[in-house]
Amino acid sequence: MINNDSLPDLPPPRTSVGFIGWLRNNLFPSPLNTLLTLLALYIIYLVVVPTVSWVFLNSDWVGESRDACTSGGACWVFISARFNLFMYGFYPESEYWRVNLVFAILALLLVLLHIKQLPRRGWLGAFALIGYPIIAFYLFSGGIFGLEKVETSRWGGLSLTLVLSGVGIVASLPIGVILALGRNSQMPIVKAVSIVFIEFWRGVPLITVLFMSSVMLPLFLPEGTSFDKLLRAMIGIVLFESAYMAEVVRGGLAAIPRGQYEAAKALGLSYWKSMSLIILPQALKLVIPGIVNTFIALFKDTTLVLIIGLFDLLTTVEAGFKDSHWLGYALEGYVFAALVYWIFCFSMSRYSQNLERKLHTGHAR
Amino acid sequence: MTKSDKTDADGSVSDRPMIEIKGMHKWYGEFHVLKDINLSVAKGERIVVCGPSGSGKSTMIRCINRLEEHQKGKIIVDGIELNDDLKRIDRIRREVGMVFQHFNLFPHLTVLENCCLAPIWVRKMPRRKAEAIGMEYLERVKIPEQAKKYPGQLSGGQQQRVAIARSLCMSPSIMLFDEPTSALDPEMIKEVLETMIELAESGMTMIVVTHEMGFAKTVANRVIFMDEGQIIEENDPESFFSAPEHDRTKLFLSQIM
Ligand SMILES: Nc1ncnc2c1ncn2[C@@H]1O[C@H](COP(=O)(O)OP(=O)(O)OP(=O)(O)O)[C@@H](O)[C@H]1O
Ligand SMILES: [Mg+2]
Repeated sequence: MINNDSLPDLPPPRTSVGFIGWLRNNLFPSPLNTLLTLLALYIIYLVVVPTVSWVFLNSDWVGESRDACTSGGACWVFISARFNLFMYGFYPESEYWRVNLVFAILALLLVLLHIKQLPRRGWLGAFALIGYPIIAFYLFSGGIFGLEKVETSRWGGLSLTLVLSGVGIVASLPIGVILALGRNSQMPIVKAVSIVFIEFWRGVPLITVLFMSSVMLPLFLPEGTSFDKLLRAMIGIVLFESAYMAEVVRGGLAAIPRGQYEAAKALGLSYWKSMSLIILPQALKLVIPGIVNTFIALFKDTTLVLIIGLFDLLTTVEAGFKDSHWLGYALEGYVFAALVYWIFCFSMSRYSQNLERKLHTGHAR
Repeated sequence: MTKSDKTDADGSVSDRPMIEIKGMHKWYGEFHVLKDINLSVAKGERIVVCGPSGSGKSTMIRCINRLEEHQKGKIIVDGIELNDDLKRIDRIRREVGMVFQHFNLFPHLTVLENCCLAPIWVRKMPRRKAEAIGMEYLERVKIPEQAKKYPGQLSGGQQQRVAIARSLCMSPSIMLFDEPTSALDPEMIKEVLETMIELAESGMTMIVVTHEMGFAKTVANRVIFMDEGQIIEENDPESFFSAPEHDRTKLFLSQIM
């Protein structure tokens, strides 16, 4: 029999849609799966309940010393009491405002640079890359305009971590780009130098680089030349990370079709112009995930400076719980440090996803 | 060599050669890809190059703007001899526009930015003026309304017309086309060919690698047939299609028509 009337749209059976349907399909489709679901729920219960109780329900939040920690859960008093140490290291307390100012300016610059309509955004960007680091350096170290001089050995905590990773990030990307271009170069010497550089730095562990920079480098330098420990660590990190960055960027360059180079050439663009206007904008956009991945790794790698005696966030936290007043609160310290690192890394990751979406121009590859 | 009786817009084919290729050879490693190429193209002349796949058509026209390097012989473009001198290469590339089979638009730039880029950065034109010129050529290829879109949002035919406009923005005196329609669906081929015919009518010197024989018949002054790296036959379109001299040309024509 042929039905010529068009059939009405009927709602789907109750059991296949909605919350109940979802539960049936995903959690309880068969006896075995039901068993596994219940098992998983039990394991989650075993983990979550004590964690929540330790972190929130049985924890102590207010007080000045360990005497305030009586509930048996986490002692967050430790964090709040030593908060300044974790943020500023051994920076003199009366000068904290200088550190705050540096990061306040940075935050302001970042916000301003994201306002599309802002006039002269290019100049602001140039200031952020050239002027700002100089200002930040003098605010940190002092010694001019009557600012008290603060030796780099007193810098520490989260602010040191941010300085190290900020310098690392800002310097390793352009150096990495140059190295990647060098590795792809037609000129044999440039190519060879780039390859040797990249393979050397990729081949040694960062911890060795830092160790050598602090122990071995002074042996080669003429006696009496002092070379700041922090600066040496920075150079080590930058060289190391730019080798990684170079390989990430090279991956992007390799993904650009030859036709793009040819079209740029055919229009009469010089090598540097076609690279900076055509090839790199596309290549870098393609490897944003890889670049941010390297940034995140770099951010966490800065913790290794502890082996040469610099006090970054993790080291100050460890110093905090090794203090005889606070012995036994290592777990709180590590959880706090992990949370701070996670917040920064997660923000970078989200930002990169945002950027990728924004830069997408509907070109399907 | 047969001189065509076809003429360009202002009624004359000038005698001054825009492109002169003399005894040119090229090798890819051991592979002798171009053998003793001789070709002279007058101002305003339209040349169609055809031949089987792998015969060296692309390689030959890519030598003219130095996307490929030749190893023997001479190439003189608008009075400038091509050699390793980068300044000369740059001067020639400014004079010679090229349209590719796969368009090669810059996907990260809008259509208008694609057009303005070279005038701004190579010809050092102020942005305003470059944009005005960009819009003018986009109008000529009949897609001014797409100026703010990205290439990825256009159809193949539209992209190829943008690519033509992009080359024209540099006001080249010679245009090279490497199979400009062979990556396009049939209904888009027509719009691109129409753009090219208009360009031909304006008196542009053109070398076009194509298998569009209809285009060759209506537009070309001369048709060149290549096989195995050599120019086998060269004639005006009527004679070329009605009375091919060589067996290989006959075979090729029988295959594509
Ligand atoms: N970069 C290269 N290295 C080595 N051989 C190449 C290279 N480019 C092209 N060839 C070879 O040179 C010959 C001529 O190539 P070319 O691209 O000029 O042919 P074509 O006539 O344009 O063919 P088609 O119609 O397929 O585009 C081919 O045999 C090709 O394999
Ligand atoms: Mg070809």
